[in-house]
Amino acid sequence: MSRNARINVLLLIAVAALAVLPLVLGLGDHKEEPFAGADAEAETAITEIEPDYEPWFSPLYEPPSGEVESALFALQAALGAGVLAYYFGLRRGRRQGEERALAASGATAAPADTPGGD
Amino acid sequence: MHIAEGFLPPAHAIAWGVASAPFVVHGVRSLTREVREHPESTLLLGASGAFTFVLSALKLPSVTGSCSHPTGTGLGAILFRPPIMAVLGTITLLFQALLLAHGGLTTLGANVFSMAIAGPWAGYGVYRLLRGWDVPLMVTVFFGAFVADLSTYCVTSVQLALAFPDPGSGFLGALGKFGSIFAVTQVPLAVSEGLLTVIVMRLLVQSSKGELTRLGVLLTRSGERKQEAVAR
Repeated sequence: MSRNARINVLLLIAVAALAVLPLVLGLGDHKEEPFAGADAEAETAITEIEPDYEPWFSPLYEPPSGEVESALFALQAALGAGVLAYYFGLRRGRRQGEERALAASGATAAPADTPGGD
Repeated sequence: MHIAEGFLPPAHAIAWGVASAPFVVHGVRSLTREVREHPESTLLLGASGAFTFVLSALKLPSVTGSCSHPTGTGLGAILFRPPIMAVLGTITLLFQALLLAHGGLTTLGANVFSMAIAGPWAGYGVYRLLRGWDVPLMVTVFFGAFVADLSTYCVTSVQLALAFPDPGSGFLGALGKFGSIFAVTQVPLAVSEGLLTVIVMRLLVQSSKGELTRLGVLLTRSGERKQEAVAR
């Protein structure tokens, strides 16, 4: 593995560790519902501050279950990851193509460059 | 994690919508100009939007025992400047509000303001500041993305505290409450986002030198780099 790739892998491991450590250390154990969404907690805080507050608008479409919701979140991540992968794949292919074309033109141009004919 | 549908009183919802609209309109103009003048940047624009899509779909556990997600807005703000990121962020927020019941249409203005305007500008500001001090590129990228992420959730906390001041301790009391929910949770996630943005930027430096030089991310100061840019 090149030095570059090694650094990227180390960075990825650090990201994974940051996500896993709170789970391993049981940092959610003191909560009734560990690792709930921060937005749900904010909703609770709002009703604590203003017990009478009623949301005055509800979502036009709500995923019917947690499963459907997670599917849609996965779809969102997959769409993004797909476009990113397409970008980097295309770049890599183009670069390789350019290098090959350069090598090929270099090979044919080399004899013409040598002085001698005129 | 955005403010949920219907959870801002109408006056606040409208005010944030009015505050955000000019930024988004200006962003759409910048975006169309960029695409018209540099059609080749469309791909990288798509990639920046895609990065926001991926990161804002990743709900990660944090030290506070709750979950939140990064924003992914630092990358686009650094590459294409914040106005364009305002558009890409708004698209992501619309997707989540319409299909995922995450965030909402009535709170879209407030959420756009925090994630697509305030965050990108704060991150971009820090990035430019550090660049001016000759800090290495990847360090500036890390802190740019870190600040874009964290400031988004600080703004969210302020927005909620303004709408729901604590009956006893007032605005500051509510700010402490919402800040401990959003901002503290976000600190490790902002570090993750910084690291992920650095990875993508490293890949971009390898694959898209010409593009990054044109956008001013890679400098052509040293002669060696200049030659390289010319050769491309």
